[in-house]
Amino acid sequence: MSKHVRAIVIAGNGTNCERETAHAMRLGGAEVADIVHISELLAGRVLLEDYHFLHLAGGFLDGDDLGSAKAGANRLLHAPVKGSGEHLSDHLRRFIADGKLVMGVCNGFQLMVKMGLLPALDGDFRQTTTLTFNDCGRFQDRWVYLKADPASPCIFTRGLQGIYLPMRHGEGKLVVDSEETLARIENQHLGVLKYSDSEYLAPTMEFPLNPNGSTAAIAGLCDATGRLFGLMPHPEAYVHRTQHPRWTREENLPEAGMGLWLYQNAIRFIREELL
Amino acid sequence: MAWRIEVALKEGIRDARGERVRREIREHLGIELEEVRTLDVYTVDAALTEAEIEAAATGPCSDPVIQQAAVNRPLADHFDMLIEVGFRPGVTDNVGRTAREAIQYLTGRPFAPGEGVYTSVQYLLRGHIDVAAAERIAAGFLGNGLIQRWTIIPAVDFDRARGVPVQVPKVVSSAEPRVMAIDLEVSDEELLRISREGVLALNLEEMKAIQSFAANENNQARRAAVGLSNRLTDVELEALAQTWSEHCKHKIFAAKVHYDDGTGRTEVIDSLFKSFIVRVTRDVRAAKGEQDFCLSVFKDNAGVIRFNDEWSLVFKVETHNSPSALDPYGGALTGIVGVNRDPFGTGMGARLIFNTDVFCFASPFYDQPLPPRLLHPRRIFEGVVEGVEHGGNKSGVPTVNGSLVFDDRFAGKPLVYCGTAALMPARIHGRPGHVKRALTGDRILMVGGRIGKDGIHGATFSSEELHEGSPATAVQIGDPITQRRMFDFLLVARDRGLYNSITDNGAGGLSSSVGEMAEDTGGFELHLDRAPLKYPGLQPWEILISEAQERMTVAVPPEKVDEFITLAREMDVEATDLGQFTDSGYYHCLYGGQTVCYLPMEFLHQGVPQLQLQARWQPPVLQEPELSQPLDMDATLRHLLGSLNICSKESVVRRYDHEVQGATVLKPLVGIANDGPADAAMIRPLPDSFEGVVVAHGICPRYSDIDTYHMMACAIDEGLRNYVAVGGDIEHVAGLDNFCWCDPVQSDRTPDGEYKAAQLVRANQALYDYCLAFGVPLISGKDSMKNDYQIGDTKISIPPTVLFSVIGKIDDIRRGVTMDAKRPGDLVYLLGVTHDELGGSEYYAMRGHLGRNVPRVDAAGALQRYRTVNRAQQRGLLASCHDLSDGGLGVALAETAFAGGLGLHVDLRRVPVAAELREEALLFSESASRLLVTVRPEQQAAFEELFTGQSCALLGEVTADQELRVVGLRGEILIRSAIDDLKEAWQSPLREM
Repeated sequence: MSKHVRAIVIAGNGTNCERETAHAMRLGGAEVADIVHISELLAGRVLLEDYHFLHLAGGFLDGDDLGSAKAGANRLLHAPVKGSGEHLSDHLRRFIADGKLVMGVCNGFQLMVKMGLLPALDGDFRQTTTLTFNDCGRFQDRWVYLKADPASPCIFTRGLQGIYLPMRHGEGKLVVDSEETLARIENQHLGVLKYSDSEYLAPTMEFPLNPNGSTAAIAGLCDATGRLFGLMPHPEAYVHRTQHPRWTREENLPEAGMGLWLYQNAIRFIREELL
Repeated sequence: MAWRIEVALKEGIRDARGERVRREIREHLGIELEEVRTLDVYTVDAALTEAEIEAAATGPCSDPVIQQAAVNRPLADHFDMLIEVGFRPGVTDNVGRTAREAIQYLTGRPFAPGEGVYTSVQYLLRGHIDVAAAERIAAGFLGNGLIQRWTIIPAVDFDRARGVPVQVPKVVSSAEPRVMAIDLEVSDEELLRISREGVLALNLEEMKAIQSFAANENNQARRAAVGLSNRLTDVELEALAQTWSEHCKHKIFAAKVHYDDGTGRTEVIDSLFKSFIVRVTRDVRAAKGEQDFCLSVFKDNAGVIRFNDEWSLVFKVETHNSPSALDPYGGALTGIVGVNRDPFGTGMGARLIFNTDVFCFASPFYDQPLPPRLLHPRRIFEGVVEGVEHGGNKSGVPTVNGSLVFDDRFAGKPLVYCGTAALMPARIHGRPGHVKRALTGDRILMVGGRIGKDGIHGATFSSEELHEGSPATAVQIGDPITQRRMFDFLLVARDRGLYNSITDNGAGGLSSSVGEMAEDTGGFELHLDRAPLKYPGLQPWEILISEAQERMTVAVPPEKVDEFITLAREMDVEATDLGQFTDSGYYHCLYGGQTVCYLPMEFLHQGVPQLQLQARWQPPVLQEPELSQPLDMDATLRHLLGSLNICSKESVVRRYDHEVQGATVLKPLVGIANDGPADAAMIRPLPDSFEGVVVAHGICPRYSDIDTYHMMACAIDEGLRNYVAVGGDIEHVAGLDNFCWCDPVQSDRTPDGEYKAAQLVRANQALYDYCLAFGVPLISGKDSMKNDYQIGDTKISIPPTVLFSVIGKIDDIRRGVTMDAKRPGDLVYLLGVTHDELGGSEYYAMRGHLGRNVPRVDAAGALQRYRTVNRAQQRGLLASCHDLSDGGLGVALAETAFAGGLGLHVDLRRVPVAAELREEALLFSESASRLLVTVRPEQQAAFEELFTGQSCALLGEVTADQELRVVGLRGEILIRSAIDDLKEAWQSPLREM
């Protein structure tokens, strides 16, 4: 047990991607990848502290009715954990303080940003950034090229030049509360993935390469420790060749999809640093 | 007291929603505005402290980075006209529900009964506009008077201190529960009046059957024993109307049809459903013998077929036409979340794996005057597309396959087909997953949403044409999140073995769901007063038949009720014990302990008199037009590519998440730029297996104007052709038929009813003939028989339309094939013969003609071809494969070329024909069962050998020069177009939708 990488995906109230996410974590090397309904955590029957890797999956928490992931963030902040006198967010903070990994994809990324977990510039989990409606005014499902920042502290993207993934969202435009916030994100290399051209040469603001008009073309953010990471596109949806939109014509695609790299990096890190 | 929280974007933050509204107001109404900005408003009617309401405003209700919030203070500024649109009392308000939950988490205490949160949107308009124009904008675009109301305030009248007055759209009802007894010992006219005024949609014969039931002395004695008089109660009459409705009972498909085939030969068909649909499935299954893969057909909410030893596949397609005509967004949203419950509630329950949708609309650019009560087709397009987008995306089910079909007669009623497939364990707790049975003594548990007045008379209303008095309560708005929570819970309950049977609450509500489940035991006892309500004031009959959404009915053994309810509560789902299943033989409802409905199950389920239907076929007198060949064939091809039925639907496809669950291996958009039109979708539902599911469909309503027999045959062939094109196994495929017809019952209002009924007979004959010939069993289907609009003298009937959906299997998804040309030098082949069959074609439609020569399907030849295509796919011999449908060979060539980013050079003289054809027929005839394939030169011999003896012609090759070149019959270049030009013509028409 002690040498097992234990990963958890929280499900319920509108998460949609928990199954493929757990599958991606297993393919990436996690011995345990549990899908846990939030009611199990709130009932105190499952504890976050028993895991190394928390994944907040894509979906529409509470229908995104108050803005993407807003009601979901409110629940994590205020819902009590039975018998502990604490909220789930208290457990989450301890998890983070223990140096464990948290990754949010799409709605999970929106949740992290709205809880202030990203970019967490001062480590105080105050919200400085948000994800809001795409400039095109529409939900979009399309594949995007993401250029990785090699100077980023992000442990998930280590060794990556670029990555090709599907994005599927209506609220993925990153907006910051001030120029200063953006400067700090850029200076610390926290905007680790940016929408780019197909050669991963330069970030772009051009639709549809940048599908939402995101500030500084940012598609993914990490915190200064590199252990908290979120992105709008879906790495769990490209873990096998046949998920690529052109696998019937591009003959030299490797069997494993690019999205798997992020999970492999995370799990390698856990094995080396946390076990 | 009620608080008003207003939320506005901060200065400098882009208002994408406002920009879109401004654009749409211009498109829809031709009103040009300088600017539109939007605010969100939460009216919180609850006892909160000032600190609590502030915390709600700045917490869950607003985003501190981009928004500002104010309590009881207006934020509106710099506008000329303010329009605020909110819901009418009782309309489902999903955002309000979420806000209420969020505030409860925040304060740590639940709302008291009657407290609530109501949302509205405030639009701030700048530009030259008066109140009358604002009213047009509110009624014509921003709101829908059936479900919403609005306040319009010009800037000069705006109270800058108080803002828009607080309005709480709470349902206030002082109505005491009351059960009426209805006297049916009346004249025939009076019986019909009772039916009409009660929206019962029962005809005279049916009313008389009920009348004689009430008059029967034995019945009266049994009623007296439970305290009921000789008069039926309103609860009983409503229960009968629901159960006997066309929507639930399919009276037209069950009718005795007296059919005259036009030559003077007559026959009596005792139920179209049994004579054609059930019979062909039985015959196909018998012929398949050991290879039969059907597990459950026609008896459950959806059909079930075998996938592999561990898993079964479930599929259902529904329509939601009438509600979508009244409220396109809510109607379509309800359509998709509603059909989700069908496969979910099949057998012991199944997990949803994909959605499909097909919409039939009038042109969004329609510019003729519209008769009263009809919404503009563009508005219907927008609303339906958005409703299905929200329903599908939020539910986490990928939308993988669909179509948009255009014909201006769909202005009378749009067709909204929504399908959902699911995966079910082949065995659950040691028993087949597709089998369920409620047991005597099981408790009746209602799970999910609460009951309101929404959707009352939905089943009877959709059994009528759209008319002046169509009830607004027939409109519902789906709530994907409540449903998602319920599904999450029910899958856990299923796996823990907490129930014996489950079904969906759809049309007819509890009346239908409990009534159907109780056929297992032969009776039930239902306490209507125990049902949780959204608001007080519902009458017992309303509780029984309300179609409030997101509810399932479950049969739970008494000893498991506590565990069931405890689990539900933990997962934030409401589950209520409403009574029990019995073997009394009675459909028994109580309210406050008093019996309010006591009907024999047998009368309810078997008592409806069989409808008699007259049908007489008279072939329409049609001829082929005398047309001169177009001078510029390039322009003609571009024009055809830009027709609404052929052009790219990418702007809609991209709004649907087609990849959630990570299993979509052939997506709706394919090719070098991910934008070519896929023929079918392929799913890999089990990540540890390469077995796949293939789904496709066929639909060709225009052929109905010539002959519905061939329309049906072509739809079946099109569905199978698309399915085979990507690699679907022709030996392991099932069909679903969804009929949408105009009223086929002869009457003063429908003087051509006999012809329409004959069209129905002929379509059914083809359904039998072709499913048998192709060896395709039907596993489920649905009919919607009253797709007419009639107000005053204006009547619009849709063209008879059948959506033929197919679902099947591919053993190895890695053998899947897409339609895009792959490499220069690959050889281009056409499989199948082209005939002079331009009748009903897109080409003739473009030139303003119908013609006579409708495509006819040679099933034997097609089946041999499809089997051979499967073999070629298994051996990896096809680089691409694309079906020929609307627009024929010309369109298929263009699509194959531009989707691959490559040119094609082909010669029309090589196209196999049965008789000499003109170039336009070679290019645009829509002869069935044809496929265009490309093959690597090194595989030429193997490929040609496989097709020895079949129609298979080498037309030319794929070129690197990005030009489509077609050599005409005299050896000259007939078409020479850059693929970018063709693609632009194909992409531009609906790009901005």
